[in-house]
Amino acid sequence: MVKKVAVVGVGETKFSGAQQKTEVELLAEAAMDALKESNLKPKDIQALYIGNVLGDFSEGQGMVQSFAAENIGAFNVPASRFEGACASASMAIRDAFIWVASGFYDIVLAGGVERAASMGTPLATRTFAMFSDSRYEYPCGITFPSVFALLTHLHAKKYDIPLPKLKEQMAIASVQAYKYGILNPKAHLRREVTVDMVLKSFVVCSPLQLHDCCPFSDGAAAVILASEAVAKKLTAKPVYIVGIGQASSGPLSSQKDYLPRLRARELSAKQAYDMAGIKPEDVDIAEIHDCFSIANFIAAEGLGFFPFGKAGEAWEKGQADIGGKVAINLSGGLKSKGHPIGATGAGQVYEIVKQLRGEVEPGRQAPDPKIGLTDTLGGDGGTLCTLILQRGW
Amino acid sequence: MEYKLPFKEYHEALKQDKLLGLKCLECGNINVPPKMVCGKCTSPNMEVVGLSGRGTIQTFTTVFVAPEGRESELPYTIVMVELQEGPWIMGNLIDIDPAKATMELIGKKVVMGHKVFCGDKYSAGEMARPLFSFET
Repeated sequence: MVKKVAVVGVGETKFSGAQQKTEVELLAEAAMDALKESNLKPKDIQALYIGNVLGDFSEGQGMVQSFAAENIGAFNVPASRFEGACASASMAIRDAFIWVASGFYDIVLAGGVERAASMGTPLATRTFAMFSDSRYEYPCGITFPSVFALLTHLHAKKYDIPLPKLKEQMAIASVQAYKYGILNPKAHLRREVTVDMVLKSFVVCSPLQLHDCCPFSDGAAAVILASEAVAKKLTAKPVYIVGIGQASSGPLSSQKDYLPRLRARELSAKQAYDMAGIKPEDVDIAEIHDCFSIANFIAAEGLGFFPFGKAGEAWEKGQADIGGKVAINLSGGLKSKGHPIGATGAGQVYEIVKQLRGEVEPGRQAPDPKIGLTDTLGGDGGTLCTLILQRGW
Repeated sequence: MEYKLPFKEYHEALKQDKLLGLKCLECGNINVPPKMVCGKCTSPNMEVVGLSGRGTIQTFTTVFVAPEGRESELPYTIVMVELQEGPWIMGNLIDIDPAKATMELIGKKVVMGHKVFCGDKYSAGEMARPLFSFET
């Protein structure tokens, strides 16, 4: 890459259940917060990169990125929409990074927005199933949780972990997410949850129970990226994006040689680690894709934090927490902070930037982190995106 | 260049309980679900073949929360089956009480029929899928 690229400012709405603000309104709020933090004005934005997956279904709104650009005063700039299911905002940020790193732009806005909760569970379940194969998987009644349910049973079999044991480890991961989410004012589900409550909650699709699953959420998040020379003039605390990765996969059938591992993640993570010149053990904090409790383990193993089949034990032993090998999902993760799918990846970057700057609530602030990683997955492992961020001071 | 086995043909055959796939003429790999090129060597040089529909269950789940419009199907069991010919395909499993599906299903031998999903406003028509039952 020609230039170093920094996140100079970030903004985020509260993630929540169904609420009344439109996607453009939510994105505008997050964007203006990011601009303010960056000491910039709307006219400084040269382009928009926006993740939005289901605006067409949730509010009959397509092309949200163009309406958002006009709405916040970034008149007539190029505005692009990214769709990679739940990885959309990360894809948007990765793409935006490349445009600034190449020297084509100096200051851009990237982020995402979604109103998944506002759709209601039946429609949300139907539309989320669109991230699976519509001809070869959906006729079977596949739903997004059932993709991960299939992976859970396969994981138990492959690594010879008795299912009740694995479920207990999964519950511990959910409890850890809620432990931090309750301290995060922006989190959707802020409540105390115990392992017992997880294991007694209703079964969504065996063996995943309600508290193994993240909620459908509404919300938006935005980040301002700037080239190094510009960033240094705007902030004393630029957070550099030092590694990026992205990979794709086809339906589950096409991944048979790897499942329950998701090859796209391992390829994406390697790209990011190689580019940053670091190893998994160098990562201090990570926001990983815990759409379901099992997804924590699949992600952490795929990212190289723990050996394959051993992530559940790692959570049991506190190795995925502050004081362990790597502190995971201090925001509360998708599980507790929430999952407005088009925005989630930007929410992860928001969290990492705040953590690196030492600006989060004390109970969930990692001690002096220097390197953070975000990991987002879309569909059946159809899109994986990895971003590595590092303190620039 | 023509797509050798479009979903439409696959679906019509499946409605006759016939499972079609594509055999690669370069490397011999069997490809199902169908695609433009061989999943192993990427050659588009493939021919349509009939498959046995027989295989073993690799993993499963029973669904209790339905997508919009499919509530009447609940509960149902989804399986990934490794066919005798090698590929994995997704289908539904019958012959069991879905609520009693356990890890013991993994490794069980199955044979294939079909069931048609009549479609909804997002699905561009009806679609058949494999329906597996235990080999006797």
